[in-house]
Amino acid sequence: MHNKTLAELADGLKSGEFSSVELTTHYLDRIKSLDSQTNAFISVTEEQALSQAAEADKTRAAGDATALTGIPIAHKDIFCTEGVKTSCGSKMLDNFIAPYESTVTEKCNNSGLIMLGKTNMDEFAMGSTNESSFYGPTKNPWDNTKIPGGSSGGSAAAVAARLAPIATGTDTGGSIRQPASMCGITGLKPTYGRVSRWGMIAFASSLDQAGPMAQTAEDAAMLMNSIAGLDHKDSTSIDTPVDDYTANLNNGLEGLRVGLPKEYFAEGLDDSVKTVIESAIKEMEKQGAILKEISLATTSLSIPAYYVIAPAEASANLSRFDGVRFGHRCEDPKDLTDMYTRTRGEGFGDEVKRRIMVGAYALSAGYYDAYYKKAQQVRRLIKNDFIKAFDEVDVIAGPTAPTTAFGLGSIKNDPVAMYLEDIFTLSVNLAGLPAITVPAGFANGMPTGLQLIGNYFQESKLLNIGHKYQQVTDWHKKTPEQFA
Amino acid sequence: MQWETVIGLEIHVQLATESKIFSGASTKFGAEPNTQACALDLGLPGVLPVVNEKAIELGVRFGLAIDAEIGMKSAFDRKNYFYPDLPKGYQTTQMDYPIVGVGHMDIELEDGSTKRIGVTRAHLEEDAGKSLHEDFDGQSGIDLNRAGTPLLEIVSEPDIRSAKEAVAYVKKIHSLIQYLDVSDGNMAEGSMRVDCNVSIRPKGQEEFGTRTEIKNVNSFKFIEKAINTEIERQIDLIEDGGTVVQETRLYDSAKDETRSMRSKEVANDYRYFPCPDLLPIIIEQSFVDEIKASLPELPDQKRDRFQQEMGLSHYDASVLSASRDLANYFEVVATEAKDAKLAANWVMGELSKFLNQSDLEISASPVSAEQLAGMLIRLKDDTISSKGAKTVLEAMWEGEGSADEVIEKKGLKQVTDSGAIESIVDEVISNCPAQVEQYTSSEPDKRGKMVGFFVGQVMKASKGTANPGQVNQVLKKKLDALC
Repeated sequence: MHNKTLAELADGLKSGEFSSVELTTHYLDRIKSLDSQTNAFISVTEEQALSQAAEADKTRAAGDATALTGIPIAHKDIFCTEGVKTSCGSKMLDNFIAPYESTVTEKCNNSGLIMLGKTNMDEFAMGSTNESSFYGPTKNPWDNTKIPGGSSGGSAAAVAARLAPIATGTDTGGSIRQPASMCGITGLKPTYGRVSRWGMIAFASSLDQAGPMAQTAEDAAMLMNSIAGLDHKDSTSIDTPVDDYTANLNNGLEGLRVGLPKEYFAEGLDDSVKTVIESAIKEMEKQGAILKEISLATTSLSIPAYYVIAPAEASANLSRFDGVRFGHRCEDPKDLTDMYTRTRGEGFGDEVKRRIMVGAYALSAGYYDAYYKKAQQVRRLIKNDFIKAFDEVDVIAGPTAPTTAFGLGSIKNDPVAMYLEDIFTLSVNLAGLPAITVPAGFANGMPTGLQLIGNYFQESKLLNIGHKYQQVTDWHKKTPEQFA
Repeated sequence: MQWETVIGLEIHVQLATESKIFSGASTKFGAEPNTQACALDLGLPGVLPVVNEKAIELGVRFGLAIDAEIGMKSAFDRKNYFYPDLPKGYQTTQMDYPIVGVGHMDIELEDGSTKRIGVTRAHLEEDAGKSLHEDFDGQSGIDLNRAGTPLLEIVSEPDIRSAKEAVAYVKKIHSLIQYLDVSDGNMAEGSMRVDCNVSIRPKGQEEFGTRTEIKNVNSFKFIEKAINTEIERQIDLIEDGGTVVQETRLYDSAKDETRSMRSKEVANDYRYFPCPDLLPIIIEQSFVDEIKASLPELPDQKRDRFQQEMGLSHYDASVLSASRDLANYFEVVATEAKDAKLAANWVMGELSKFLNQSDLEISASPVSAEQLAGMLIRLKDDTISSKGAKTVLEAMWEGEGSADEVIEKKGLKQVTDSGAIESIVDEVISNCPAQVEQYTSSEPDKRGKMVGFFVGQVMKASKGTANPGQVNQVLKKKLDALC
């Protein structure tokens, strides 16, 4: 049952092969018996899930079921879910029960999806390894000595280990795509503003974007149909018509112009990853795509620009965690300063503190122009680079990350090495573009994903290409042995 | 040494919106603590702001009224600092692109001349909550009802040269925002708070002295006192060889002194940056035009009209146009009584006296404009005397009904029937032979003064209802006929 795609699960529910309660119970049982090997979940909401499932079965019996009614889902623990602990992977929010529902999870609920629980993540989504979680690192289902990627590592591992058929993630600098690549699943980062950020705990507001993490592009498309769209509660949400993301999945790739940025295949890219990506691109070519080498000259600037802008925004976004109204508060504060200092000192982990300090520094009087302002200028250049590229090509293809998953703890004390891992994903966030990662094969025994970057609001096209690719490959069907 | 004072003011005006600037919570004053604070006002994780369009509209309204440049593209920034009543750890405000740019405000000085005060800018921002230090046994309480209340911060140029000018400027702004319905202007409830930047320099010196900022002064009286106290402090300090430190100070009205709060420049780097949760606000010209078309008559325009069309003196017109409520009251009285000068005299005279005695605003006057007009109509048509009019006003103040009702009840109607007056006069003349003898034997030029006695007698005999003018006339005629 757990190797079925969403479409297959929907069919099974429809035909009565199994009920939502049975399906939900099956996943809950799997989480119980297997999650100790991955640590993908921070909370499992068993009781709520079963009652939601019973409700879904009733809805189906009444003939009111829609495409996703009764299908389980896991949510990254960055989405506020009413009445359920929402920790954001931090000690700071270990005691935080959200009193309201995020738009993404609300839309999922309205679609009849059943929440299994909340998935592990890098603390406040800051990290590419899931090692900064207060709840311990998530382990890669393909090799539990390795990282799953991050920050949506819990969601990626849950889907890869078939502990959930689908999950939500968020992507600020690659946090959906990179773990998708490292865990061998499909992940879509939509255009900035396509999916509402209401109720999604902010890391870097101008970069954060929620999206689906799934086995297949088709599954991702089905979830996109549920979560995309304008939300008046989010001023940066964009009022553009929402596609039916499943409608064009089978369009042919003949004549599709695929740009291959030479900077994405340069030094730093692991050779075996390169081989996998090149063969994936050949598959597209076989289906009629036209390959074209292009240049995204600003690629290398994305790291410094991102690691100024994101921490700067984060430094303000995380100021609200002060021990006054919710979350962690230190014991017996002597005075106000003591309360602030110890609360934040105890509640935040090292990576979060590092980024707050970097961000506050970049915004300080006397440094603002040299760092924050300069980074914003670079951001504009990066965006222009893409706009120019999309004059010539329909989509840009390349690797998601320069390497496959590496050992847990191997770069823990080298933040810069971790930041360099984001070289192929950051530009997309800085430009606000959509991008998808699809499993493309194995390198060094670990999965790696092909990244496709589209023009603004071209999610349908990316899902279409991903789906066509998955029609002729079976990388997305591979399951780690102990989770098979 | 002769010192010159330099003052610049930052006025925080609470905008008259129903809901907060970025959330749907109510802005109503006086609710139980934290009952008007939603998830957004509490700064919960994951919440996002959405700008209240009404706040933008009110900002533009004010800008147009002070003839300012309107920020067709304005933007919000985050001002970062930690304080328990600042839920997000930053205040959302406007730094580089305010809703209102350079404008000006004309004030009238005591010598009657007009002075133009430059307005540097006015920007939108959210208010913080309140810390409550009592009743919590050594701990502090936080009330976030006020958090997120929309404010317009109006920043003046350092054009003000005395505490009196400062008060004139603040009063003018206060009047304007009420005229515009931009704010209720209720200073007691904190709807208008003033930060006064004060410095002194030797007369003739161009360079500014070091300034101090007196925070959150909330009455006209305290503004004047706080500034004067601070000027004195600075002069004493410098003349004693000291130097003024740039800092924030607090005015203690009980002790009439200012005290240092914190040193502003050293302590805080607010790390302003554009708020990524809010897109820049782009205003269409049509939006501005619509607001322009809907602007009411402003105080200066009203003053000029009172002068030119209603024939009031400059002074009367200024006083009556200073507050919208007063101006509206006056206009109703003037229109209904069909006599602007008479209306002005009574509104500024007797009525104001009553209001001052009871410490009431015109809007709370127990005597309505219609009632006052009704009384003036009776005064004009000689139904009552001026004295009677005062009695009527007093009775109306006490809630005894309309002018006509009071006149009827108290028998204040003047006797204007000449036959009736003549018979009372005859009676008085026959009852006072000695005084008549004195009158007739006096030199003609001395008789005028002596009429007063007879008038008094007649008024007494008529219980004050005889028309004094008529009595005078009849008496003169009859007494002179005896000579």
